[in-house]
Amino acid sequence: MMESGPLTGPVPTDGTAGATHPRSAELSGVPAKPNPAANPSNGEIGGTFWRRFTFRRPLAALILQRLGLSVGLLFAVSLMIFGGIEALPGDFATTYLGQSATPQAVENIRKDLGLDRPWTERYVSWLGGAVQGDFGTSWASKNSVGEQISKRLGNSLFLAFFAALVSVPLAVGLGMLAVQFRNRLPDKIINVVSLAAISLPEFFVGYLLIMFFAVKYGVATFPATVYDSMSFTERLSAIALPVATLVLVVLAHMMRMTRAAILNVMSSAYVETAELKGLGMFRIIARHAAPNAVAPVINVIALNLAYLVVGVVVVEVVFVYPGMGQYMVDAVTVRDMPVVQACGLIFAAFYIFLNMAADILAIIANPRLRHPR
Amino acid sequence: MNLRSIPFSAWIGIAGIAIAIFCALFAPVIAPFGERDVVGDVWLPAGGDFLLGTDNLGRDLLSRLIYGARTTIFVAFAATVLSFSLGMILSFTAAVVGGFTDQLFSRFNDLMMAIPTLIFALVVLAVLPQHLWILILVMAVLDSTRVFRIGRAVALDVAVMEFVEAARLRGEGSLWIIFREILPNTLSPLLAEFGLRFAFSILFLSTLSFLGLGIQPPAADWGGMVKDNKDGIIFGISAALIPGAAIATLAICVNLVVDWLMKRTSSLKGGRGDA
Repeated sequence: MMESGPLTGPVPTDGTAGATHPRSAELSGVPAKPNPAANPSNGEIGGTFWRRFTFRRPLAALILQRLGLSVGLLFAVSLMIFGGIEALPGDFATTYLGQSATPQAVENIRKDLGLDRPWTERYVSWLGGAVQGDFGTSWASKNSVGEQISKRLGNSLFLAFFAALVSVPLAVGLGMLAVQFRNRLPDKIINVVSLAAISLPEFFVGYLLIMFFAVKYGVATFPATVYDSMSFTERLSAIALPVATLVLVVLAHMMRMTRAAILNVMSSAYVETAELKGLGMFRIIARHAAPNAVAPVINVIALNLAYLVVGVVVVEVVFVYPGMGQYMVDAVTVRDMPVVQACGLIFAAFYIFLNMAADILAIIANPRLRHPR
Repeated sequence: MNLRSIPFSAWIGIAGIAIAIFCALFAPVIAPFGERDVVGDVWLPAGGDFLLGTDNLGRDLLSRLIYGARTTIFVAFAATVLSFSLGMILSFTAAVVGGFTDQLFSRFNDLMMAIPTLIFALVVLAVLPQHLWILILVMAVLDSTRVFRIGRAVALDVAVMEFVEAARLRGEGSLWIIFREILPNTLSPLLAEFGLRFAFSILFLSTLSFLGLGIQPPAADWGGMVKDNKDGIIFGISAALIPGAAIATLAICVNLVVDWLMKRTSSLKGGRGDA
């Protein structure tokens, strides 16, 4: 049921256990990466060491494997963000200057931006810098990209953190409520409302909230600008509306998936047995259903937090909030490639690692996944 | 299937989609003013000559809404059709051929899906020139990753059936197996998926246009109209909310129909019907 949502993540959802082996064979050497110090020169000992390690500590081995896989994936993504763009038609310098630029000017700017070097060389130096947090200088403003990002990333995380803080308990609670009243009125209302909420674009929700709460009733501030001198409570009141928007956007997805995950457990044979032998509802949920529902619910939450990463982009533009998303959108409109690449890489990194977290938490919560057949 | 078995919610969806398509097809006939004509003052309130008021340049909002239906539906539909063709052909090939091809396609698909769609689109659109067909292509390619995943899962189920094996032993080629054996047997779940992707495409296109990277002005398009009129919100002018509501309504209508289709296919397969 989870595969059908529009926001399924990349790694974890498809066959959490079985698919790891062929995949790690593809990214050769990745599973062994976390312990390069253990096998300095000869691979044979490393192989047997890894095998023994897997045998003795299957959980740690699996987690290390996922970690290595994510690092490999991130590396591939960086190659894609940099190299893939290079392969696309269109010359940065020409697009930067416009169609009417003289060849001389184009040549100058290519040199100026360092575009005359081969792309492999530029990629290596870009990646080397990126690992240390140096993303080069912006073409448009000539400022350091890393400096800007370090300021804005904090703001974005602040926003996403509070959105998660509100939406996760609310979604799980409502999902359980829907299960409790399955196919009765509260469930149907929740179902219809959440179906509608899924279809609302983020910016529409945002402007609707602005219209009502900021303009009509004046209880919230509209341009959600935050600056360094603001106190914590001032900040909180400034981000009230963006957080509300994010919560509304994520809530419906998360709730529907939670409902499906819990229903899946509740309709299993052992819950029916517990019901038939006369256990109380609370005892069934607490002792039989909850331990088995934890893993899918955690998975749902992590996947939706990954979705927050994307939702943040639009919400920041709507509310003129000085975060990463706005920075990236502004850079895209003026084709400021270093900024676009840096933001793209960071967003992708968050997305990948949240998906990995979902995967690892699922393995921890469900021991059956630790021994793939 | 008879018409009585269609639930009320699905009828609402079908009606909404029909109205939107009608507007799109006959835009020049039913729109009171031209798409780009400045006909009055800026941000006139609704009522009088202008049923929904005017926008930030004094163009009639209703006319632009009707013309916008054209652009939005056409681009979203084209992108969905393209992404479906692409995703299904690749996924069925992967499922039928198997082996190395399957591994290659699937791992590449995993890689594409490791980047959030919107972020990927932003990165790619920052480089590419702004043309309508490029926009459609980018949307289609990014969306086809989702189609690929579902198509492959569905096709793998069918590819191991006896009749496929029989066709193989009969000596049919891969193309025959894909189009004559697997496609007809996977059409039902994929139809629901098509609706889902279409709704997603509408939202995605609107988001891109809203960010200024989708359809370029002066062409009318619902997401772009929200962007044009967003500055009026602070003054209490609701012009930006009207195209936003149009997007939401259309997406809800599509989802209502999809919901019904999904319930129908899941009950056909004898599913529990709950989840």
